[in-house]
Amino acid sequence: MAANVKKAQKKSSHPLDDLLRTDRIPSIWCPGCGIGTVFSACLTAIKQSKIDLKKVVMVSGIGCSGRAAGYVKLDSFHTTHGRAIPFATGLKLARPDLTVIVFSGDGDLFAIGGNHFIHAARRNVDITVICVNNFNYGMTGGQVAPTTPNMAKTTTTTYGNPETPFNLPLLAYASGATYVARWTILHSRDLTGSIKESLAKTGFSFIEALAPCPTNYGRRNKEKLMDILKKYQENTIIKNGAVPTQLEIDHKNGVVLGKFVDVDRPALGESYEKICRQDK
Amino acid sequence: MKPAINKGEYFITGDIACAQGALAAGCRFFGGYPITPATEIAEHLSVKLPKVGGTFIQMEDEIAAMASVLGASWGGVKSMTATSGPGFSLMMENIGLGICTETPCVVVNVQRVGPSTGLPTQGAQGDMMQARWGSHGHYEIIALAPSSPQEIFYQTITAFNLSEKYRLPVLIMTDEMVGHMSEKVIIPDPKKIKNISRRRPKGRKDSFKLYEPGPDMVAPMPAAGEGYNIHVTGLTHDTRGYPIINVATHKQMMTRLIGKIRTNLDDIIQTESYRLDDAEIAIISYGISSRTSLAAVEEARKRGIKAGLLRLITVWPFPEDKIKQLAERVKGFVTVEINLGQIHQEVQRCVGGKVPAFLVGDFGGTIIPPERVLEVLEEAF
Repeated sequence: MAANVKKAQKKSSHPLDDLLRTDRIPSIWCPGCGIGTVFSACLTAIKQSKIDLKKVVMVSGIGCSGRAAGYVKLDSFHTTHGRAIPFATGLKLARPDLTVIVFSGDGDLFAIGGNHFIHAARRNVDITVICVNNFNYGMTGGQVAPTTPNMAKTTTTTYGNPETPFNLPLLAYASGATYVARWTILHSRDLTGSIKESLAKTGFSFIEALAPCPTNYGRRNKEKLMDILKKYQENTIIKNGAVPTQLEIDHKNGVVLGKFVDVDRPALGESYEKICRQDK
Repeated sequence: MKPAINKGEYFITGDIACAQGALAAGCRFFGGYPITPATEIAEHLSVKLPKVGGTFIQMEDEIAAMASVLGASWGGVKSMTATSGPGFSLMMENIGLGICTETPCVVVNVQRVGPSTGLPTQGAQGDMMQARWGSHGHYEIIALAPSSPQEIFYQTITAFNLSEKYRLPVLIMTDEMVGHMSEKVIIPDPKKIKNISRRRPKGRKDSFKLYEPGPDMVAPMPAAGEGYNIHVTGLTHDTRGYPIINVATHKQMMTRLIGKIRTNLDDIIQTESYRLDDAEIAIISYGISSRTSLAAVEEARKRGIKAGLLRLITVWPFPEDKIKQLAERVKGFVTVEINLGQIHQEVQRCVGGKVPAFLVGDFGGTIIPPERVLEVLEEAF
């Protein structure tokens, strides 16, 4: 009897269980939250990449998305707010044999951590940065972020957001990223595909994943979860190679998705080896 | 590959001696940011590290520098950074992450005059309490205060050894005067240098617990990429490294983080006594001030004042027992430091009013001349 139950449980396990700390599930993520979908896309991509799992490392900052590092059954680091990228930079430079993924949120990566993002992209550190963009600070209860749309309501912009959000793919491109893509959680196959491509690529890769935060952003901006998903389906335009300056998130005329940048230039580790380590 | 250090006699600054000590200790990663008067450490290591298979990176700020050092350390590489006041302030949050996640590394603060931008090119000893409590929360820290280029060389090695043994960031609290002075430094044969490296885990990887301590209260440390599937977090965590947000787990974690230092004080604390055996007045000092204090002791003895010096090489954890023992037999204390009484307050606490304790302090920017110490020795006692 007990053996049967065990067998049944084994059968019903999730295909990504081998990459999860199942003893830490359920996660802290709210019902309807988009982080889980981005997280599974990431794990699926890791699995499909067939990289030696021993050599894959996930680094996160602080926030809802930052908790991903705590659920992945890989070497994983949950660092300080905004500092996942410089931590990952040190780790990657010290250990070039590792595949380093930074998985974090929009507030962590682009407000408090914005400086580190542009410099890691400029240096072309060989890491993949996955940003779950849910347009606000979820963990602290829904405050304005550098990605919050103009006039949107958050707990710190109750009159409407007077600021303008970042165009993240443009920022990544201008800073020197060698791979830039944007998808929504509805486009999970494309998202998985992009993560897989970026893992195979040497250089700084950036993937933005648009995701709903029904508990905070959705509630305050009268966006029901299903309506958001519908918007992701009906109000998005897939345009690979689109010009980065035209990638503002435009909810009226359609949000442009796709792979925008895929170029090659020497990554930092490689240049350092060649320029500084070789005896001249 | 070239040897990391070349034995011999050199005439070099404290900053360069520090960089040489780091190389001798096996440091192979430096993440930093330029700041007077610590820049020379970064410059020297930017030249030397790549030639011994190491990595130097100048990060975008000191926050990033400290984060990169922690990342490299988890890669299994001995890592360090060097800075001064403003940069030290920026590093504080990630020093706390290093404490909480038990990440070995070395942070050098070549102290200059604060607060704020202060006197960037002039020395002080005003960051001693920041070294003790600068990151939020209650924790134990190790901080060393070398007083000469030769001593910086050796104490940098000691700092790495302590950080690897007890798994925490170890601070070297030197000052601009020591950092920028040139003196003879003897670099020994590398074979004669004793380097300690973090204890490595043994046994099964699948049942491995990241923070399961040994008898010394320190847990063995794997590196990333070895198949242990470690999870490292700055949240309160249990022996598996998993975040557990409750009071009992926090108590358990903190008991060990604090205990691993407090139960090993004899191994950690270094002091040097000079003419204390028959002394009636004990001078307590460290760094550059301990050298001017030494001159004051010599002169005082000539004038018939029985003064002696307790030089603190380790400032944190504070050598309380030494001070308490002295308080039982001397007639008074004088603390000499280039601030307005940071270590003096610690001395007062340990003396507990048994005998008078005076301060010879300063706002910073200049050394405290022996005459000022002598004045107090002559007038106060």
